[in-house]
Amino acid sequence: MTATLPATPTLHDAQMDRTDPAGAPPPARRASPWADRLFSLLAHAAAWLTLALLAGIIVSLVIGAGPAIREYGLSFLWRTEWDPVQNQYGGLVMIYGTLMTSFIALLIAVPVSFGIALFLTELSPSWLKRPLGTAIELLAAVPSIVYGMWGLLVFGPILATYVQQPLQAAFSGVPFLGALVSGPPVGIGILSAGIILAIMVIPFIASVMRDVFEVTPALLKESAYGLGSTTWEVVYRVVLPYTKTGVIGGIMLGLGRALGETMAVTFVIGNMNQLDSLSLFEAANSITSALANEFAEAGEGLHQASLIYLGLVLFFITFVVLTLSKVLLARLKKNEGSRS
Amino acid sequence: MSTLATLDASRLAMHRKRKRVNGVALALALAAMAFGVFWLIWILIETVRLGIGGMVLATFTEMTPPPQAETGGLANAIFGSALMVGLATAIGTPIGILAGIYLAEYGQKTWLGATTRFINDILLSAPSIVVGLFIYAAVVARFKSFSGWAGVLALALIVIPVVIRTTENMLSLIPHALREAAYALGTPKWKVIVMITLKAARAGVVTGVLLALARIAGETAPLLFTALSNQFWTSNLSEPMASLPVTIFKFAMSPYENWQKLAWAGVFLITLGVLALNILARVLFRNRQ
Repeated sequence: MTATLPATPTLHDAQMDRTDPAGAPPPARRASPWADRLFSLLAHAAAWLTLALLAGIIVSLVIGAGPAIREYGLSFLWRTEWDPVQNQYGGLVMIYGTLMTSFIALLIAVPVSFGIALFLTELSPSWLKRPLGTAIELLAAVPSIVYGMWGLLVFGPILATYVQQPLQAAFSGVPFLGALVSGPPVGIGILSAGIILAIMVIPFIASVMRDVFEVTPALLKESAYGLGSTTWEVVYRVVLPYTKTGVIGGIMLGLGRALGETMAVTFVIGNMNQLDSLSLFEAANSITSALANEFAEAGEGLHQASLIYLGLVLFFITFVVLTLSKVLLARLKKNEGSRS
Repeated sequence: MSTLATLDASRLAMHRKRKRVNGVALALALAAMAFGVFWLIWILIETVRLGIGGMVLATFTEMTPPPQAETGGLANAIFGSALMVGLATAIGTPIGILAGIYLAEYGQKTWLGATTRFINDILLSAPSIVVGLFIYAAVVARFKSFSGWAGVLALALIVIPVVIRTTENMLSLIPHALREAAYALGTPKWKVIVMITLKAARAGVVTGVLLALARIAGETAPLLFTALSNQFWTSNLSEPMASLPVTIFKFAMSPYENWQKLAWAGVFLITLGVLALNILARVLFRNRQ
């Protein structure tokens, strides 16, 4: 440092001398404003493009669904017949399939994800945290078509033999439960789709939960431990209330994923347009699988418009769910800021 | 005396109960962890077991066969996937990086920045099949034909949000002192961004691109009614084009044994590739951290 010190003032002086008389920066800098402006323009344009994409998606879906919207209006949402031959369409069967499979998925995924997050934040030895966390995240990376094929050809038959048949034997004749488990136990249907969706959304919910659990101030947790709380009490009474909004945000994120999942569901849901029984074993249909199976073959006109209408409904539902998730997670972040 | 004893006893019972609840809860947490890892291992084992048989030369050199043929491979599907995924990344990455730069360097506090960030998070998790519908309406319906280009665009739309998100996150990790030091030297803003902050965040940005690549390599839904499929080799992007995921979908749902076998081979390739990309991204990111 000291060696360079004497040199610095002279360099500085020389520069001052060079620029001062003119009263302007050296000419080399003149070139930069247009480059600066161009770059800023490009960056702005890219941001606008993102907004335009969303707008484009909504507009094109509404235009595409136009004929079906004009024909059925909102009654599309509760009409049950879907008959390309008679050219009659209604979305209730698919909407029910989508909501029901996602509901089953959350029923399984939420407790499991909570357990995983608890394990990763409070129990796991630190050398295991990273590999286990990575393993769970890799579960999210497996392409959905792999889940689908595995679910159809490997998991479905096993589910049928070891879960569905015993359940049917146990519950046949019981009023409500019996209806839930009626139908052919072939490993295809709402239940299998729900389970596979659960496996697919666990990583999303678990990693949000883990991240929000980790923002709980150590002070709070240590105080509770200091008062003699057990690990479970600390998590359930201190960490969970503190991170409540974030946890719900994570669940919403998982729900958004489950609602929009296509390939895995298409493989295992059975693709049958029926709503006659409550059974979870019965083949059904979801919005995404109807699109995947029928869209490429649908003739232009009401059939195609109805399918696009379904897509619009799906987009609307996921948009609401994801917005809710964003808002809740943002609120947690804000609280965190005000408390620290 | 006796009241004290009962008090003690009830305390002990309470303590034991709390211990027990704790024990059960922790055991369940352990079980949940095992449950999660169990599926990953099971899926990987089945994929390898059923797919490894397809790893013969013919899979990579021959075209997709008709049902019940003796021979056949996935060459055209692999090529189509590689071409579309590559082009989609090439289109989506610069847009994503630029928008990420906007969010981190220009629009932190503007309404455009806040809105874009919000919309981008929605797009990140939006159903990919809806992207397919959009491209169908915007491209396929207009040009009256399914085409490789439509598939490329659909995949690019999925790349963009992923890259935006990681680019913004990585750029905002760069300390402000670095930018200020560069400004103090009289560097124009675009040079500060390109040569200082983006360079410092390079590993993170590359990670984002790799993750996006991994995501679209396995995407099926947006290709179903954009690129469709093709039984033959084509490198003409204005024709329908085969891709690995769509071919797997078609073959797996069929009753033909040779098709199913090829589908497993395809699943093996995709799973391996996607997981390798993910692990590569993680290792790269960790080394640079």
